[in-house]
Amino acid sequence: MKSVIVESGARFLVALLLVFSVYMLLRGHNLPGGGFIGGLVGAVGFVIQAIACGTESARKALRVDPSNIAMAGLGIALLAGLFAALFGDALFTGQWLFIGATEDSKGLPLSTVLVFDIGVYLVVMGAILTLVFALEEEA
Amino acid sequence: MSWVLSIPLAIPFLTAVACYLTRDTPRAAWISVAGSALLLAASAVLMAQVLAEGVIAGQMGGWRAPFGITLVADLLSAVMVVITAITALAVAVYALADVSAVQERMGYHALFQVLIAGVTGAFLTGDLFNLYVWFEVMLIASFGLLVLGGTREQLDGGIKYVTLNLVSTILFLSGVGLLYGMTGTLNMADLAVTVPRLENQALVTVVAMMFMIAFGVKAALFPLFFWLPAAYHTPAFSVSAVFAGLLTKVGVYALIRMFTLVFTGDTEFTHTILLWVAGFTMVTGVLGAAAQQDFRKILSFHIVSQIGYMILGLALLTPLAIVGAVFYLVHHIIVKANLFLVSGVANRLTGSTELGRIGGLYASAPLLAVLFLIPAFSLAGFPPLSGFWAKYVVVKASLDAEAWVLAAAALVVGALTIYSMTKIWAEAFWKPHPEGHAPVLSALPARDRLALVTPIAALAVLTCVIGLAPEPFVQFAERSAAQLIDPSDYVATVLGADAAEGAARIAALEARE
Repeated sequence: MKSVIVESGARFLVALLLVFSVYMLLRGHNLPGGGFIGGLVGAVGFVIQAIACGTESARKALRVDPSNIAMAGLGIALLAGLFAALFGDALFTGQWLFIGATEDSKGLPLSTVLVFDIGVYLVVMGAILTLVFALEEEA
Repeated sequence: MSWVLSIPLAIPFLTAVACYLTRDTPRAAWISVAGSALLLAASAVLMAQVLAEGVIAGQMGGWRAPFGITLVADLLSAVMVVITAITALAVAVYALADVSAVQERMGYHALFQVLIAGVTGAFLTGDLFNLYVWFEVMLIASFGLLVLGGTREQLDGGIKYVTLNLVSTILFLSGVGLLYGMTGTLNMADLAVTVPRLENQALVTVVAMMFMIAFGVKAALFPLFFWLPAAYHTPAFSVSAVFAGLLTKVGVYALIRMFTLVFTGDTEFTHTILLWVAGFTMVTGVLGAAAQQDFRKILSFHIVSQIGYMILGLALLTPLAIVGAVFYLVHHIIVKANLFLVSGVANRLTGSTELGRIGGLYASAPLLAVLFLIPAFSLAGFPPLSGFWAKYVVVKASLDAEAWVLAAAALVVGALTIYSMTKIWAEAFWKPHPEGHAPVLSALPARDRLALVTPIAALAVLTCVIGLAPEPFVQFAERSAAQLIDPSDYVATVLGADAAEGAARIAALEARE
């Protein structure tokens, strides 16, 4: 079933949701949010695309098979955890780099925790989309 | 220190990722073999360390116990991880020739590695909620493996498996919740300290029963075992081998862990129930097997009956009985996985696992016949194979504990096991093939033959080694049982000096008030 209203609405919503999902992912660093919720929001974006224009076009927009995204995410999350080995810490110990830190400012903090969260984001998004696409294509 | 514990977890996950991304190519199967070999190496390092230093524990992410996620390996955990890796390697090699291209494309190797990761995690974790998570990892992978291929029979078995396991999961989770409500901790070592101090011991016993039922479903104990024979004869042979070897044993391991470490307050009640459950599990399993006419179904029912022996060892809770349970656990994984692998080759050669429709294997494939005889005799408990010693120790322990009925049951079940093994022997190997085929091994392509027979032979050799030189293995089981019966080492290693320091600090705070 094609609907002009859904299709034109989707154009805005998909872009908005994808941007918002990245915002949620980054915000989760210190505030409510994070990889899991970000991944869900991002998946909703592609799901709307699939509902409005068919799974074919959503798959095309995604470029990569969603199950591959999920597995790659698992790998990224795991590598973020293994990174701690280089510094002699236990698995999944967060490693931090404060760029331009001074006495009274933390500068720009970069961490493996964020990399882990990106992995979670990809796992959640990939897994949800694998399920939803399979269900859509079945029907 | 903690990396020795976390590497055996990371390897199967990384292998799974690599296998999945290459699932369309034949490389995936080889990556799975390589990953399993690495896991075996890592688990050997872990084992060496545990043997040298006793219990080792690591706090993931550097968060101290009991707040963070603890990985801990005592001798039992370490040997289970080693045996998991051995089984994984054997099955990964076997899968080179056993798994169809369609199943490979659906991600068989990745699911298999995730399953191995789940099993390893369950053996290594020192946290009850974490154990729940590893159970889920394992179950999700096993659901996938079970229905991969999607035949009617598989879906039927899969639904029973999923349904009963969901019930068990809910009970497990409720038990975890109640326990947390009572103690405020889920770290197993911490639980071992706090649970005996609780005032309401009756509630502890109730929670213990919830765990017993939850793990009982996973371990396929009487009367909760019916999902097992319904599901295990349907998937690919390599899948059923790894299920048969490892999945139920995780349930047994969890029972042993919880009922030696945490729930030891009211053994009069809990372990008496376990004792009778063990007896019924042995007997119903073996009787179920006697009624079956399918190679894999007979073997599936025998898993149930053999689980009974292990639980019998746990239920008696004497040092010797625990030795028996640990020895039995190790022996059974090797033997059972091997028998399922043999059934796969038999199916490949004769075209079926239905005993009435196959035959002639002894005349045309004598090598396979020998390779079947070794694990089959071991399972039945013939000396000098590993099963003999395992049964001997368990029966001796029950005689010592004056549990005459159960000792008798164990012996009778052993005899009936011989009966079923004889049935398979007579039907599949001895009698001529009903359609006159001569199922020779050389009919298989050389590569397949090698991939199928090598793991079977290796596992058979392992059975013989344990059987012929049981001394070091029994000594090992004794040390491991000593650790289980007196878990003070385990507790001290996990909670460490930190706990003492924390207690001192709290005492100081209280003094100030």
